[in-house]
Amino acid sequence: MNSDNFEPTIVAFCCHYCAYSAADLAGSMRLQYPPNIRIIRTPCTGRLEVELFLKAFEDGADGVIVAGCEEGSCHFKEGNLIAKRRVNATRELMNESGLEMERLRMVNMSAANAPLFKKAMDDMVATVRKLGPSRLKKVAP
Amino acid sequence: MIVAERKSIPELVELLKDYRRILVLGCGTCVTVCLAGGEREVSIIASALRIAGKLRGLDFQIDELTIERQCDNIFIEQAAEAIAKSDAVLSLGCGAGVQAIAERYPDKPVYAGLNTKFLGILEERGVWAEKCTACGACVLNDYGGICPVTRCAKHALNGPCGGSREDHCEVRPDLPCVWQLIYQRLKSTGQLDRLRQIEPPKDWSQSASGGPRVLIREDHRI
Repeated sequence: MNSDNFEPTIVAFCCHYCAYSAADLAGSMRLQYPPNIRIIRTPCTGRLEVELFLKAFEDGADGVIVAGCEEGSCHFKEGNLIAKRRVNATRELMNESGLEMERLRMVNMSAANAPLFKKAMDDMVATVRKLGPSRLKKVAP
Repeated sequence: MIVAERKSIPELVELLKDYRRILVLGCGTCVTVCLAGGEREVSIIASALRIAGKLRGLDFQIDELTIERQCDNIFIEQAAEAIAKSDAVLSLGCGAGVQAIAERYPDKPVYAGLNTKFLGILEERGVWAEKCTACGACVLNDYGGICPVTRCAKHALNGPCGGSREDHCEVRPDLPCVWQLIYQRLKSTGQLDRLRQIEPPKDWSQSASGGPRVLIREDHRI
């Protein structure tokens, strides 16, 4: 499968207080973001754990994006900063395990920034499309 | 508590590559508290091993289990069934836990998933510091509750060495000189006169240098 016709599956963990609302607003504004995105709403990105990111890849995600509030604007004060550290720790584990760490990234945005949500998702899909399908899927039984 | 940290995933894959069914066995005591080998870390390391295994073409079948204490036979029994089903056990217990499992199951390959580091405390979130060497003959009462055996790089028992610089250690300049801490502590508790005592050479016969130690309490034996 070459990168032109590969349609990656991207899991987007979106914070209820920002990115999830930004995604909703993107719809209202008729901003088209890629259909590759599978949104999972979370009460806060600080709720997310390393094992959830790894499980997403084990279950066939080609990429995982974590979208939280702008730094300093977390509804729960520092959940997004906790998520940032966990994302970094997971990227390190992915690297050790042989999975490209670029498949996981964190972005920050406000609830009002639908254009940024669209751009972040476009960028993520482009990055993963370039990497190709997750090798976990290819060799899975 | 006993403080440990995980070994790298490539190192673990290399250890386990010849096995198919692997039990990742966590411990619910010290290594849970230091976030190295508890239920959550079992889940994370099992996931990472599955991912690394698939990418290397290894068919790892990984089971996950965490028991209350790996260093206690009563709790090890709870893992009997899972251990029996596995080709090998990756223990996320401390060094004592790994050996307890290995002794109990002489025919089962048991591997250590962690590097056991030291006896210490959680100083702040994500920071653990060594506080005790388990030397077997505690001198804390002579130094205001601060251990120079563990926290002085030279184990000096009679005052700071000549390398103490601006209250910091010359071996580890990022650390305070423990003798400065002892002085401040004894001063604040009105016990500075204790420092006038000359401490004789320490009795190291109680430490591990004479081989592994065994503690026998006749009042508890059956």
